[in-house]
Order: sequence, then C-alpha cells, then structure tokens
Amino acid sequence: MALQPFLALGAILFGIGLYGALTKRNLIIVLISVEMMLNAANINLVAFSHFAVTPNVDGQVYALFNIAIAAAEVAVGLAILLSFFRIRNSSDVRDVNLMKW
Amino acid sequence: MLFGFPITGETVAYFVLALIIITSGVFLMTLRNVMHMALALGGVFLGVAGIFIILGADFVGIVQVMIYAGAITILMVFSLMLTHSRRKTDEEPEVGGLRGTVTFIGVAVVVGAILLVVRKTSWPVSPTALQPFHQSTVLLIADALFHTYTIQFELVSAILTAALVGAVIIARKEEQ
Repeated sequence: MALQPFLALGAILFGIGLYGALTKRNLIIVLISVEMMLNAANINLVAFSHFAVTPNVDGQVYALFNIAIAAAEVAVGLAILLSFFRIRNSSDVRDVNLMKW
Repeated sequence: MLFGFPITGETVAYFVLALIIITSGVFLMTLRNVMHMALALGGVFLGVAGIFIILGADFVGIVQVMIYAGAITILMVFSLMLTHSRRKTDEEPEVGGLRGTVTFIGVAVVVGAILLVVRKTSWPVSPTALQPFHQSTVLLIADALFHTYTIQFELVSAILTAALVGAVIIARKEEQ
C-alpha cells in the first residue's frame, strides 16, 4: 500500500463530517460530525507516522493526544447540551441563541 | 491489480474498511432516525480502528475501539435518549434545499481539491514501508510519552480533569 489511499480516505471522511456539521439541525448530530472530522485527522496523523521516510511513533502519540482532547470536548459539549435542553426543552441549533444580542 | 495496487491481504482489508467507513458515513448523513445514526457512527469508528491496525498502530487502534466505539458512541446514544423531544417530530432535520445544495457543492469542491493535491504531490517513499517498526509500538509509544512528551502528557491529564469536573458542574441541576 502507498500513502495516498489513506490520505484520500481521510479527505472523504472529513468531507462527510463537514457536510453534516454545516447542514444538520440536531445539536448531537453536529457533535457527531465534529468527531468524524477529528477521526479523519487521526487517520492522516497515523498514516504519516507509518509512511514517513524515517518512521517514528510521533504521529501516533499526536493521535492519542487528539483522542484525549476529543473525549474532553464530548464530555463538556454533552453537559452544555443537557443543561440547555433542561431550560429550553429543545436540541435544535436554531434555539441556541441565549448569548446572542 | 485492484485500482493500481497489487492484490494483497492488506489491500483487500483497506478497501473493505474504506467501504465500511464511507457507507456508514453516508448512512449517518441520510438516515432519519437519530438512533440509527448513532449506530452508523459505531460503524465509522470501528472502520477507522481497523485502518489504524492496518497502518501498524495497534495500540492506537485498540484505544480507538475503547474510547470512540465504546465510550463516545454510548455517550451519544444516552444523550440522544435524554434529549428526545416529542413535540417537533415533523420538523426538517436539515437546512432547506438551496442552502443544502450550496453546502454540498462547497464541500465537494474542497474535498476534490484535497484529493487532487494528494494525487499530484510526489510523496517521499519510505524504504521500510512494509514493516516500519521493528518492535512493539506499545514500547515505542511509552518511551515517547514518558520521555519526549512528558509535559504535554501531564497537560493533557490536567485538561481531562478540568473538563470532567466542568462537565459535572455544568450538567448539575441548579438547586434553588
């Protein structure tokens, strides 16, 4: 295998996630789409770590950091979503206008 | 030859996993029921874990299965259940026709440009592309984490602690 198929797969997965994050109206689906984009970035990191001229595990370590940050992001995002749902009884992105003026 | 690559177990596994990932992703964007969407999400994450294992990153693949396919998918399903709204079931789950089409075309242009660049660039070829790591990646990752990237590792653990405490505080019910 070469490097290009993995980069192409990462690009396509990123595109699917970007489309979902821009068009979906359910807050949780938007969060899921963001997770898919982070996964596409992880594929690229691990692929470059494997196919580098001098292979090393730096890319894999960055992917692990990325996974940890993504887990923290999901925890905080879902907490905000639950707290928002409690006061508005909705999970629609258009209802999230509490801090708009 | 399969799309210009010799047929080996690795190539076949790559194409099967890529098919699983892209099909699950397209299902995720087209299905109506949000619970089915969360299940398709599990397919995407498991496929990406398989891609990691093909790339020789077995530890990252197992971490992906545990954190993404296990924890995050279950967390998403739980929050979908907790925020199930009964009053607006007939509402459109997406933006309307024109904006959706324009977004699709924009995303397609971006992805097409990335694919073109990936194809045009001549990537340097590693002489040891088949078996780049001569020992277990767990040992190499442990060495990198605890020698080279110690400060970043500690910062990540501080961020995780702060995020978990913050999540509990935010999601807690306000007592009057």
